[in-house]
Amino acid sequence: MSDHMLPPANGRLRVLAAMSGGVDSAVAAARAVEAGHDVVGVHLALSAKPATLREGARGCCTIEDSRDARRAADMIGIPFYVWDMAERFREDVMDDFVAEYKAGRTPNPCLRCNEKIKFAALLDKALGLGFDAVCTGHYAQIVEHPDGSRELHRSIDMGKDQSYVLGVLDTDQLAHAMFPLGGDTKGDVRLEAERRDLAVAKKPDSHDICFIADGDTQGFLAKHLGTERGDIVDATGTKLGEHDGAYAYTIGQRKGLRIGRPAADGKPRYVLDISPVHNTVTVGPVEALDVDRLVGIRPRWCGPAPVGEVTCTAQVRAHGEETPAIAEAVGDEVRVRLAEPIRGIARGQAVVLYDGTRVIGSATIDGTA
Amino acid sequence: MAYFDHAATTPMRLSAIRAMTVQLARLGNPSSLHASGRRARRTVEESRESLAHALGARPSEIVFTAGGTEADNLAVKGIYWSRVAADPARRRILVSPVEHHAVLDPVLWLESAEGAVVEWLDVDADGRVQPDTLRAAIERDPASVALVTVMWANNEVGTVEPIAELVEIAHEFGIPFHSDAVQAVGQIPVDFSATGLDAMTVTGHKLGGPGNCGALVLGRGITPVPVLHGGGQERDVRSGTLDTAAIAALAVAAEESVREQAQYARRVGALRDELVRRIMAAVPDAQLNGDRRLDPAYRLPGNAHFSFPGCEGDSLLLLLDARGIECSTGSACSAGVAQPSHVLLAMGADSARARGSLRFSLGHTTTEAEVAELGEAILPVVTRARSAGSVAARR
Repeated sequence: MSDHMLPPANGRLRVLAAMSGGVDSAVAAARAVEAGHDVVGVHLALSAKPATLREGARGCCTIEDSRDARRAADMIGIPFYVWDMAERFREDVMDDFVAEYKAGRTPNPCLRCNEKIKFAALLDKALGLGFDAVCTGHYAQIVEHPDGSRELHRSIDMGKDQSYVLGVLDTDQLAHAMFPLGGDTKGDVRLEAERRDLAVAKKPDSHDICFIADGDTQGFLAKHLGTERGDIVDATGTKLGEHDGAYAYTIGQRKGLRIGRPAADGKPRYVLDISPVHNTVTVGPVEALDVDRLVGIRPRWCGPAPVGEVTCTAQVRAHGEETPAIAEAVGDEVRVRLAEPIRGIARGQAVVLYDGTRVIGSATIDGTA
Repeated sequence: MAYFDHAATTPMRLSAIRAMTVQLARLGNPSSLHASGRRARRTVEESRESLAHALGARPSEIVFTAGGTEADNLAVKGIYWSRVAADPARRRILVSPVEHHAVLDPVLWLESAEGAVVEWLDVDADGRVQPDTLRAAIERDPASVALVTVMWANNEVGTVEPIAELVEIAHEFGIPFHSDAVQAVGQIPVDFSATGLDAMTVTGHKLGGPGNCGALVLGRGITPVPVLHGGGQERDVRSGTLDTAAIAALAVAAEESVREQAQYARRVGALRDELVRRIMAAVPDAQLNGDRRLDPAYRLPGNAHFSFPGCEGDSLLLLLDARGIECSTGSACSAGVAQPSHVLLAMGADSARARGSLRFSLGHTTTEAEVAELGEAILPVVTRARSAGSVAARR
């Protein structure tokens, strides 16, 4: 294995550094420069009408973020441009986000953005312009073998590890990716940003969904999907109450169900299922949320596709625990048997499979049992 | 390195740098009454006379401002307000859609905040307002027109507007006329009095003077409502301490650029023609935007503006920048995001053509070697940008 940050023997790489305006991508770009690469910074404008100023710490496409990215590029001493990818972002990420919720699924737009924007639209444009790689501030590691094959691994900082949202990258995308921060902790990266005099050293982390600036996902969905009254039912189909739109519920949700009648056994009830076709929300006891089998569709493999049953671990949330599992790729499906049940898995979430720290691949959860 | 962005800003002339640095070392507020103040005042007034002479105006018609944007705002808002104050029925602003944002945005603000009625004067495929268009717009209701504003020459595609003819029409109806001449002074003959203009914007850094110093040339009968209130230093129309050093440099640069204008137009025009020839030879499907008559009567001598089919302007700019060749996508920026040019869209171009365009603007320091450098680079750059464009479109 070799350190991917060392320039190859045949000379330095032309690297396009995606710079969000945050501390991580700034330090990543600085490290790519220090590793001897020829680096150009690009900030993606993902909102057609950027807000003048950031609201709270959220968001990644305000004018302020764009300026922060530009100042970081100035300090690092690299050329810097803003590329408008608002239209692609709206089509591939935002519209998809709304459509998935409408279909009763719970998508993760960050995975989608990595798959369709950063390592597709942006990477394609970069390669077309003669760049060799796209560099980001994700906390994940690429391990390169002497034969040139690459593996995606978790960050050494498990608290910050972002390999989950990169689990959608295929081998072609991985071949042109550069993650300079995977071998360090977030704390070290912040200290390094201070040492480098980067103004973003103390900037708060972004979180939540960048295109929902106020964090109100339900409000965002209500604006795009409107309200549609439907029934809240139990497992037998008995009506227990009403809702204003099934998309507003999440599998495993307990609060805010507005069910007048208590359950027969007196125990709290949770959202078990969301059916957009019938516009119903099914509720039931907490035990019914436990799932030990998953069926995933749209598999994406970060290396060779697994053959037969493989022993692995499965992660179903960006900051979730991993669970021992046995997975098998069958045609376009991935079947996962979990060694112990996981509570509250929604269709549309991604399941990312690991072999130790290595990402095997991912799939979109389409069914549970 | 090759610099093809003189329309954004052009190097300061040595004479202007000299004039500016001499003044920077001197003391005195031109509004002060003591000897230092009088000395500064003398510099300002001599500069005013010199600038007025260069522009075909009287010294009393020069109102110094902090650049072109301020002068445009003062002209558009100030004249609108004073015309409406005199007669509330005057709500119409007749404006070309190819104006710089320093004119467009005040006009749009007057529409949204002050109840102005904006009427766009359609331009032809070269971006030019036809006199009949203005006449028809005025004649629909002459009494309701507050002002007309049409730029002298366009900053993106270099089209020279028929200002004298347009002014004559507006004056038949007694309507004041403002023109943003920021791109024109020093490039083509500009004579304020001869055209009969009521207000005209000029700025220093497009003609080899300092940034952040310009002037509104204001006919003596015109009294716009001030935008900036304060000490009333400039005819009570514009307030703010006068920047003696910048004003001195502006006057020197303007005097020199106007004195050299004819020679400049010949020399730079020839370089521009050579650039157009080389680009068309290298990339035969490139489209020259704006007036194809490469004559200062129709097109600024330093302007070449192309659309490159299948390319994104930002890709071209990055690739040229990496080779040390600097130009512009000639478009407005918000958060640094390139928007398709409103000028090209107004000229009838589609969004793809507008996005795939570059402005090359030549100036007083442009050399044959720079033109050759760009001529050599353009084909590989366009080829590369096309592959990036087509890759991006494929997925």
